[in-house]
Amino acid sequence: MSQQIDAKAIAPPGPLRSLARTLFGGLALLRESPVGMVGFGLVLFWALVAIFAPLISPLSPTAQIQPFAAPGTEAPGGEVLWLGADQLGRDILSRIIYGSRTVLFYAPIATFCAYFVGCIFGLLAGYLGGWVDDLLNRVADIILAFPVLVLYVVIIVLIGPSGLNIVLAVTFASAPGIMRIVRGLTLDLRNRDYIAAAQTSGASLPWILFVEILPNARGPLIVDACLRMGYVIITIGVLGFLGLGLPPPTPDWGSMVADTRSMITFAPWMALFPAIAISSLVLGFNLLADGIREISLRD
Amino acid sequence: MLIFIGKRLVYMLLTMLVVSLILFLVMEINGESVARRVLGPFTSGEQIQAWLAANGYLRPWYVRYVEWLGNILTGDFGQSIRFRTPVADVLWPRLGNTAILAGVTFAIMVPLALTLGVLAGMREGSKTDRTITVTSVVTTSIPEFASAVLLTVLFSTWLGWLPGTSAMSDGWNSLELILPVMVLVLYGFGYIARMTRASMAEVMQQLYIRTAVLKGLPYRTIILRHALRNAMIAPFTVIMLQINWLLSGVIVVEVAFAYKGFGSLILEAALNQDVYLIEAATMVAVFVAVSTQVLADVGYTLLNPRIRFK
Repeated sequence: MSQQIDAKAIAPPGPLRSLARTLFGGLALLRESPVGMVGFGLVLFWALVAIFAPLISPLSPTAQIQPFAAPGTEAPGGEVLWLGADQLGRDILSRIIYGSRTVLFYAPIATFCAYFVGCIFGLLAGYLGGWVDDLLNRVADIILAFPVLVLYVVIIVLIGPSGLNIVLAVTFASAPGIMRIVRGLTLDLRNRDYIAAAQTSGASLPWILFVEILPNARGPLIVDACLRMGYVIITIGVLGFLGLGLPPPTPDWGSMVADTRSMITFAPWMALFPAIAISSLVLGFNLLADGIREISLRD
Repeated sequence: MLIFIGKRLVYMLLTMLVVSLILFLVMEINGESVARRVLGPFTSGEQIQAWLAANGYLRPWYVRYVEWLGNILTGDFGQSIRFRTPVADVLWPRLGNTAILAGVTFAIMVPLALTLGVLAGMREGSKTDRTITVTSVVTTSIPEFASAVLLTVLFSTWLGWLPGTSAMSDGWNSLELILPVMVLVLYGFGYIARMTRASMAEVMQQLYIRTAVLKGLPYRTIILRHALRNAMIAPFTVIMLQINWLLSGVIVVEVAFAYKGFGSLILEAALNQDVYLIEAATMVAVFVAVSTQVLADVGYTLLNPRIRFK
């Protein structure tokens, strides 16, 4: 046992270990920002809830037990409905727990796709300049001319509500904004000496873009990604709320609020708890972004 | 200056033109699907062909586009499928209702956000600053549909002070405007406040402020005469761009409170595949968004003497 640990300690850090070290190093820095730590705690809490949903969920998210049960009611079968039940008698606590899986599955994927597309175009526009830059900027202008929710509503109605389509719509609507940020950062970086060095040594275009420029632009992008993640979570919630989200009976915080808000006068808990859940998760990402920015401005 | 404004206007018109072309192609390139939406899903092929011929859909798309564009420019948006009236008859009153909602929201949100932003930015890092900053992060983190629920439960279900919906079914009722405005202000003020704070904090570090402090001016005078005017330039752009955001925000709030405005109209049109209404509403939304952007650009150059006198 002890020998194993020793061997690991001596072994050169693999890519996974260095990644872990970067993450822990970042976390150690974040400890200086109380606000950032609160944000990190909230995000971590919901991430753990999502991962261990089947273990911690007291009941099934789709089982119909006792309609309109108030929080803390003990159902005839002996199940306790801690946060009450909805109009179909489903346990709200279990639905919130499973709903975290929905949002924490689609939001990171959608944010990642938007970043992937936005980074490629932003790097190209900033590095190449000229007509590529002009063309990409004009296209971005057109997409950004739409009020963002109008764009979502029109896209989702045209291509139909589904998980994949939400990812597509978020990518389409957010990539131009990300492109602008990446382009600005690239313009700043492209005249550095190490880029000139890479050019003279004959590095390929993808190498310069993704290995030389992108990693050096990561600071502002990490902050923006956290904020954007919060915003994508809101978007997924809003689409669910407007009836354009994932098809039922997938537990989804936005549609949980939408389905029950008409009964808010006599059963407020049905809409209240999912609303608190989504707010706390978004708050987590926004505080995290704030903490990271605060620390990065310090040094 | 005039050249600059002219350039922005031409660019705005070009953007609108491209948007209209894309919108038309997406919605109407396939005449048969338009016919099916107008006539209903159980229409026979002959009926569809007859409708296409009667409404000129058998002509090539570019002819139809030019005609459609001409109609839109003269205010003729076609017939709404859902409401069975001309689109214009539903669109303008709804837009008016939203203008009221947006106007009241701005009248409260902008002074509030500017005051808080200036208070926070005056002494960067102070207790006031931190409180305001954290509060604004918290309020912008609560999605509008969530704060609509929270505020309705608090003020309508528990306290019973305010009506929980804003359908205005018994005529105009200003009380019904309070909750929607509250939700919009809560979500929106944080961004303006943070931008104002950043701008104010930057101004406070300028040399002319230090000079003012060193020559012994009272703190009030420094803030009011020297700092404020320079700190207000950047927030102006942000406030103008918030109009664009508000067009998104009203969709959620109007649906949440059953307010009969432009936002709920867009959603209703989209859910009912009301082709002409979607086209008209989207064009109006894009027009508002793009024109506020131009106003923001032009206003910024007018306000900023460094650019104005160049």
